[in-house]
Amino acid sequence: MTRHTLSVLVENKPGVLARVSALFSRRSFNIHSLAVGPTENPDVSRMTIVVAVEGLPLEQVTKQLNKLINVLKIVELSPTASVQRELLLIKVRSDAVSRAQIATVVEMFRAHIVDVTPDSMTIEAAGTSDKLEALVRMLETFGVRELVQSGMVALGRGPRSITQAGARQD
Amino acid sequence: MTSQARPTVVPPQAGDRPAGGAISGGSVSGARPGAEHGSEHPAQIVEQVTGAKSVVRSLEESGVEIVFGIPGGAVLPVYDPLLDSTRVRHILVRHEQGAGHAATGYAQATGKVGVCLATSGPGATNLVTPIADAHMDSVPLVAITGQVGRPLIGTDGFQEADICGITMPITKHNFLVSDPAEIPSVIAAAFHLASTGRPGPVLVDIPKDILQAETTFRWPPEINLPGYRPAPRPHSGQISAAAKLMVGARRPVLYVGGGVIKAEACPELKVLAELTGIPVVTTLMARGAFPDSHEQHLGMPGMHGTVAAVGAMQKADLIVALGARFDDRVTGQLSTFAQHATIVHADVDPAEIGKNRAVDVPIVGDAREVINQLIAAVRELQEQGAVSDLFAWWAELDELRQTYPLGYDELPDGTLSPQYVIQRLGEISGPETIFTSGVGQHQMWAAQFISYEHPRTWLNSGGLGTMGYGVPAAMGAKVGCPDTTVWAIDGDGCFQMTNQELATCAIEGIPIKVAVINNGNLGMVRQWQTLFYGERYSNTELGTHKLRIPDFKLLAEAMGCVGLRCESKEDVDATIRQAMEINDRPVVVDFTVGKDAQVWPMVAAGTGNDQIMAALDIRPLFDEA
Repeated sequence: MTRHTLSVLVENKPGVLARVSALFSRRSFNIHSLAVGPTENPDVSRMTIVVAVEGLPLEQVTKQLNKLINVLKIVELSPTASVQRELLLIKVRSDAVSRAQIATVVEMFRAHIVDVTPDSMTIEAAGTSDKLEALVRMLETFGVRELVQSGMVALGRGPRSITQAGARQD
Repeated sequence: MTSQARPTVVPPQAGDRPAGGAISGGSVSGARPGAEHGSEHPAQIVEQVTGAKSVVRSLEESGVEIVFGIPGGAVLPVYDPLLDSTRVRHILVRHEQGAGHAATGYAQATGKVGVCLATSGPGATNLVTPIADAHMDSVPLVAITGQVGRPLIGTDGFQEADICGITMPITKHNFLVSDPAEIPSVIAAAFHLASTGRPGPVLVDIPKDILQAETTFRWPPEINLPGYRPAPRPHSGQISAAAKLMVGARRPVLYVGGGVIKAEACPELKVLAELTGIPVVTTLMARGAFPDSHEQHLGMPGMHGTVAAVGAMQKADLIVALGARFDDRVTGQLSTFAQHATIVHADVDPAEIGKNRAVDVPIVGDAREVINQLIAAVRELQEQGAVSDLFAWWAELDELRQTYPLGYDELPDGTLSPQYVIQRLGEISGPETIFTSGVGQHQMWAAQFISYEHPRTWLNSGGLGTMGYGVPAAMGAKVGCPDTTVWAIDGDGCFQMTNQELATCAIEGIPIKVAVINNGNLGMVRQWQTLFYGERYSNTELGTHKLRIPDFKLLAEAMGCVGLRCESKEDVDATIRQAMEINDRPVVVDFTVGKDAQVWPMVAAGTGNDQIMAALDIRPLFDEA
């Protein structure tokens, strides 16, 4: 099943996240990831939703989302025309011997070491799903203690903004 | 119609959305505080009131005349100023479900927004069924509920229920009021949302401390709904594409749904049908949208539709769906539904288009506007010389309807046929009568054997299939149309779910008439057990025949109604006439009918419409398919 990235502008009101997530579960739409946060306009929040659906169901997802009163705008961001990022924090076992090896991997992936103890290291990395998957595969050999990953956030490439109208002051 | 100033609605800034487009970018209009409504509405009302009084004033200014409800702890503050209101009549029901269905019946009969009022917790949860019912049938309904005070919210306080959370998937929208000053704008928004675009239920939940707080009531309020774009204009290119198909098709069908009634588009539909000569089918929600007496009307499609209506859709080369949603009860098995038909689908809700059946020409718009534009476009084509030839098509359909008319056999055991009772009810009461029904066999017979000539004369629970809808909906319809005869055709199962509202009717002076089609069983379930479960009748015998528990005649009299009983064919007319003459009290007639009558035709669940059986084992379309 193909993954599609939807950028959804919603009114910044209580319960909006519940409305969106309830809609997905009620209509049996499969959410792969969901990230919510503020935008440059305090009245508007932005959700980035990655859904795993094919053509016609995708149309249903967007139409049903559009029916929610608090949803202002929906745009699909294609992987080629947008910058898509996820954040990964991963804690791996380390000792005096492996520490340098891990540091090399981290450097290759342009990730950062954000915490070190005598027997563990925590690494922060941002990137596309593919890149983060590759990093995790490399680090697995050292032993993963804990891993947390954010939903994807994405922004269209080029000068245009989907929030322009929402940011207007009048 | 109401004469007061209308609320100011901040218009969305979005342009038209292309029909059927997967993702369209509506634009966002930001908050516009203090827009210039002062100058637009010089007669602005400003009053210092409590939150509760603000609720009542908002209802008054919204033009509400009738509210169905029951008081309780959290909503008590509203009931105090309600006592003084001369513009809003409150009808005290016996169960909140009755309030919800009554408001729905009122809305369905009048076209106005129905209003119900309940307290927090159980009061609110008792509204869940009617709200879900109104959601499935797109009924404009505003439900107002009291909520526990804000300090108690989230603490599992006494009579606390998260009714906004509970009703999220079954409302068009809901609000939890968080500031007494926003009561007028929230209530105005609720009425705007409920009644525009695709109508639906809106719930407003108001905490008790907000009802008790001092606030300022300002009317008209500003409604700010930047994400709400209710009724896009039909796309002219799609209209002309549809008109060309309609003129050129050899086997077209107009598939008419409840949206045509909601859009008040029935006269326009008649013009379009007569202009094109295309056969019409009306769904369960659209019975009455097109006169049953009209020669172009093939009847109801679907699981228990006429052979002609089902057959026409199966054999069609063009289906023009107007305010209908390709419900599974209409299509049967989707993969074999109308396989050769090009589909034109017009609906006010873009999400309905392409949801169940892929569409060739999508049209998003209000049914009335769509039909008017189709009329103009078809006329233009006809003036340019386009002539449709539907002669062969009509010959085929006429043969179908002559060979397989709706009918029934008298029961072999000599008991009274329920179909006969229902048919006579329709004939004796006449086409101005409003009929409501519960859900089951009696509902299907009422949809089949009564001739509907006008919209809003057939009210039933189509989408949710709510047993118990009939009596309270009749109450609401009678309140909305006091000069019209209102018959609830109910089953003995359905009637036992909501008959407590007969007490309301008797006390409040709402003289409805109830025909209990009493076959002693949950009839539709029993029919399925007969056909598909080897005649093993598990839990469908109700004892209303065998034990006469309850005795419906005595039950009616106990609740201040006239109770009548009819057990034989000879007495049917006289009993109906007797009931028709009683107008000072509700009447309940126990029509004791045979338990083995069945609803035919039938498309068995999960099978294709080609397998429709006109009667048991008679398959008119099967051999050709």
